[in-house]
Amino acid sequence: MIKISGIYKSFGNTPVLKNISTEFQPGKTNLIIGKSGAGKTVLLKLLVGLIAPNEGQIFYNQIDFLHIKKKDLRTLRMKVGMLFQGSALFDSLTVEENIRFPLDMFTEMTKKEKSARVNTCLNRVSLDGINAKFPSELSGGMQKRVGIARAIVLNPSYLFCDEPNSGLDPKTSLVIDELIKDITIENNMTTIINTHDMNSVMEIGENVILLHEGEICWQGNKDEIMSSDNEILHDFIFASPFLQRLRNAAISNGFHK
Amino acid sequence: MVITKLLNHLGKYLILMGNAFSKPEKTSMYYKEVIRQMHDIGVGSLIIVFIISLFIGAVTAIQFAYQLDGTLVPDYYIGYVVRDMTIIELAPTITCLVLAGKVGSNMASEIGGMRQKEHIDAMEIMGVNTAAYLIMPKVLAAVVIIPILVAIAAFVSIGGGFIASVPTGLLSGQEFVMGLRSFFMPYNVFMMFVKSLVFAFLLTSISCYQGYNVKGGSIELGKASTNAVVISDIMILLADYLIAVVLI
Repeated sequence: MIKISGIYKSFGNTPVLKNISTEFQPGKTNLIIGKSGAGKTVLLKLLVGLIAPNEGQIFYNQIDFLHIKKKDLRTLRMKVGMLFQGSALFDSLTVEENIRFPLDMFTEMTKKEKSARVNTCLNRVSLDGINAKFPSELSGGMQKRVGIARAIVLNPSYLFCDEPNSGLDPKTSLVIDELIKDITIENNMTTIINTHDMNSVMEIGENVILLHEGEICWQGNKDEIMSSDNEILHDFIFASPFLQRLRNAAISNGFHK
Repeated sequence: MVITKLLNHLGKYLILMGNAFSKPEKTSMYYKEVIRQMHDIGVGSLIIVFIISLFIGAVTAIQFAYQLDGTLVPDYYIGYVVRDMTIIELAPTITCLVLAGKVGSNMASEIGGMRQKEHIDAMEIMGVNTAAYLIMPKVLAAVVIIPILVAIAAFVSIGGGFIASVPTGLLSGQEFVMGLRSFFMPYNVFMMFVKSLVFAFLLTSISCYQGYNVKGGSIELGKASTNAVVISDIMILLADYLIAVVLI
């Protein structure tokens, strides 16, 4: 579980996050949503320690993440996997070398064991046999899946995904969403996803946090979205006229409220 | 304002170097990277170092022969001057200035590109000390391989001097060799290696610092690459002066 309280972050005199407090539960897909500039990426970077907040606390279970010793931080980092928006695969390494990198760096596994682990991860993301390919030879969706394989290779307890569906078609996005959800349940991970994709919200949103102007303005699950009275949430989720008509039709047909 | 900015950069540079030279997570991974960098810097720079040294030696010999024309200074001094100019100044300084352009800009672009593509963030999140993994092998490889390149440059440069002066009849081969053997001070060779070590450290660490701290897009990456070369060159010349003051 990850718990944050009283997080405040500003860049110069511009506050980006104001008094953010919430919990991210294990075994669930936690989604952070919001308009561009709402502070989603900043919150995700704070959670993984790429930037530090001005105020507030972050706890990984009982561990105070902001005051952790360097040695303990390294141990904790090995329990963290992250999928980046652009996949962040190392261009000069093959798919196998990319996935094997954390194993090479942090484990004493034999070459055979590492190879087996890499193949297991590739199999898990349905990409068997592409070990020798370079990232530039893969499609966007495949790169994301390789990114997921690398993120899970050390069996992490925490998985962070920054815009996992950006640049992907709706069908591939669904595949990625399902994959992340399944992996979360299989490994009982605490998964935090930063997304704009409303399909993801409605498909895998077990704990959805809406950020608006640096504050949490709504929190709930996908089933509670339709019945919510929160105007900001509705403006965001049903932004297009088509979706608004769909929602009105659903309500008038008695599906919700 | 400028002094504050300079001190700010100096502080950040020293902190980065402190992090870069901390204990590696896994020595074997760093060892592999050092070997790769030694190959890239050493073998990759051999041709350019060879060409530049050959011409520098040749030009030094011809220029000095021109200066000697009509004087009472014996011709074998051409060999002596080519040797000492090469060992004391030209081989370490010119080679490292050239390497700042070739190797330094490459390092700044490589690390800066990794910063922009979030590769460094990805490594940080994995728990890798990115300063150490990305910078230490480059600096270690450079301080091992660049003195060797400088020594090669010195030999080639003297060879260049020989080629430019002996076959063209400026002096005989015997005279050139006599000049090479005259007034030889092994201390100068020591100075050459001290210079090459210091310059190697400066050019790699400054270039890595520039790349590591890239913010923004391709224009900023280009600027970082240029800054890496310009600042490395200035610092090499400054260090050259200081070493000359201290060691002579």
